[in-house]
Amino acid sequence: MTAILEVSGLVAGYGAAPVLHGLDFAVPQGGVATILGANGAGKTTTLRAVSGLIRPAGEIRFAGERIDRLSTEDIARRGIAHVPDGRGTFVHLSVEENLRLGAYTRRDPAGVARDFERVFALFPVLQERRRQQAGTLSGGEQQMLAISRALMLRPRLLLMDEPSFGLAPLIVREIFRIMRAINAEEGVAILLVEQNAGLALELASQAYLLETGRVVVAGSADALGADDAVRRSYLGY
Amino acid sequence: MEAFLHQVLSGLATGGIYAIVALALVMIYQATHLVNFAQGEMAMFSTYLAWTMIDAGLPYWGAFAGTVALSFALGIAIERIVIRPVGNAPVLAVVIVFIGLLVILNSVAGWIYTYTIKSFPSPFPGGSVLGGYLSRHELGVMGVTLGVLLLLFLFFRFTPLGLAMRAAAQNPVSSRLVGIRVGWMLALGWGLAAAIGAVAGMMVAPIVFLDPNMMAGILLYGFAGALLGGIDNPAGAVAGGLAVGVLENLSGAYLVGTELKLTVALVLIVGVLVVRPSGLFGRVLVNRV
Repeated sequence: MTAILEVSGLVAGYGAAPVLHGLDFAVPQGGVATILGANGAGKTTTLRAVSGLIRPAGEIRFAGERIDRLSTEDIARRGIAHVPDGRGTFVHLSVEENLRLGAYTRRDPAGVARDFERVFALFPVLQERRRQQAGTLSGGEQQMLAISRALMLRPRLLLMDEPSFGLAPLIVREIFRIMRAINAEEGVAILLVEQNAGLALELASQAYLLETGRVVVAGSADALGADDAVRRSYLGY
Repeated sequence: MEAFLHQVLSGLATGGIYAIVALALVMIYQATHLVNFAQGEMAMFSTYLAWTMIDAGLPYWGAFAGTVALSFALGIAIERIVIRPVGNAPVLAVVIVFIGLLVILNSVAGWIYTYTIKSFPSPFPGGSVLGGYLSRHELGVMGVTLGVLLLLFLFFRFTPLGLAMRAAAQNPVSSRLVGIRVGWMLALGWGLAAAIGAVAGMMVAPIVFLDPNMMAGILLYGFAGALLGGIDNPAGAVAGGLAVGVLENLSGAYLVGTELKLTVALVLIVGVLVVRPSGLFGRVLVNRV
């Protein structure tokens, strides 16, 4: 198994105090890995370090190339799309402008036009609301828009920060179904950070359990799902 | 009645210049939420550049285009060299840098060009139109104002770069995540502000004459206009600038006299900040805490 993202010895944080104390994890090429953990474990910080929003120590390799010294802009341009916590909507711009921004770095207008069709097929509600100001969308619609904006980048790796957060269970199901489709049909690798461990383990093949900035359990998603400690703490049965 | 109409029309003409200055202020405010106090002196300096080119024998519109382009480049250079290093500094530190820039540009202009007042040509023919209500220069200024506004509107509304600039101003983190170089967008905002300010300077210089202090009052009126219209809204800033021009003229003629005209701008600034800080067309910022 080759990995599209390989992280070793990742240390990162805000100001003087590190939040992450040397993480090792990987996302398989075309696969799905998930990082589970409670609030404050360092899940969001991990994603922020990968996309360069905070400056990490340690080594991050994307498709073999070191990216831990690159700027966020350059990391995005290499094909990593980050759907941030809070969804990162451009609230004063229209839905269509949000999507156009997703494709900002691309120079293939025909491909961009095709991808507009593609995300509208995945999320028909966005097509209905393409002229609407994005801030007026519901939470679920904004999450769909955030995923679509990320897809417009034509990423090779999608970083998803708690896509289920604050959404109704039905919409969460729908969003996970579409993530599965994106991964299966287009081979986009996904690094998923979640509190909803049950859903995340269904989608992922690799799983890591994070506690206060350290990986405490790592393995296949099935193995983690069967792990007693994980089940008691995160799956609730 | 005729005198009243005359005051309104010529108020709209001076208001056009305030509107351009207000637009320049909006360019930087949108991206940084700071008012660039050096905007007036940047415009003054650009006008001297235009004067130098015209003095060297360039035709007016050649000098005009050259000045706008050169000012754009200088605006970017100022952002890169002077503003960038204080990007993460507290607001007051940045404001001090703006004021320092103001003093430096003012003094350097005085040093190079002396404080002697110079005349500056108008590209528009002399004489008046509309039955003597407006000079051709005033009418030309109105046209230039609307032209600048239209160009900016087209740029921000229909070009990918314009969209990226709006995005970077609104949400820098998300912008970086889609690959927009936010730092360069800020520099571009400074370039645009400097270029727009240059237009204002060249339009006002034939009226007030060229000297290093020519923009001091105009910046205040422009600031009042931007605040009145809503300092985060380009169209609002233009409307505010025009309104301030008319208000200034009318109150000068009927209320306070010409000596106290500048006070009107200050009263307006304080009034807007007290009563309606977001301006007439501005976006009300609501913070959830």
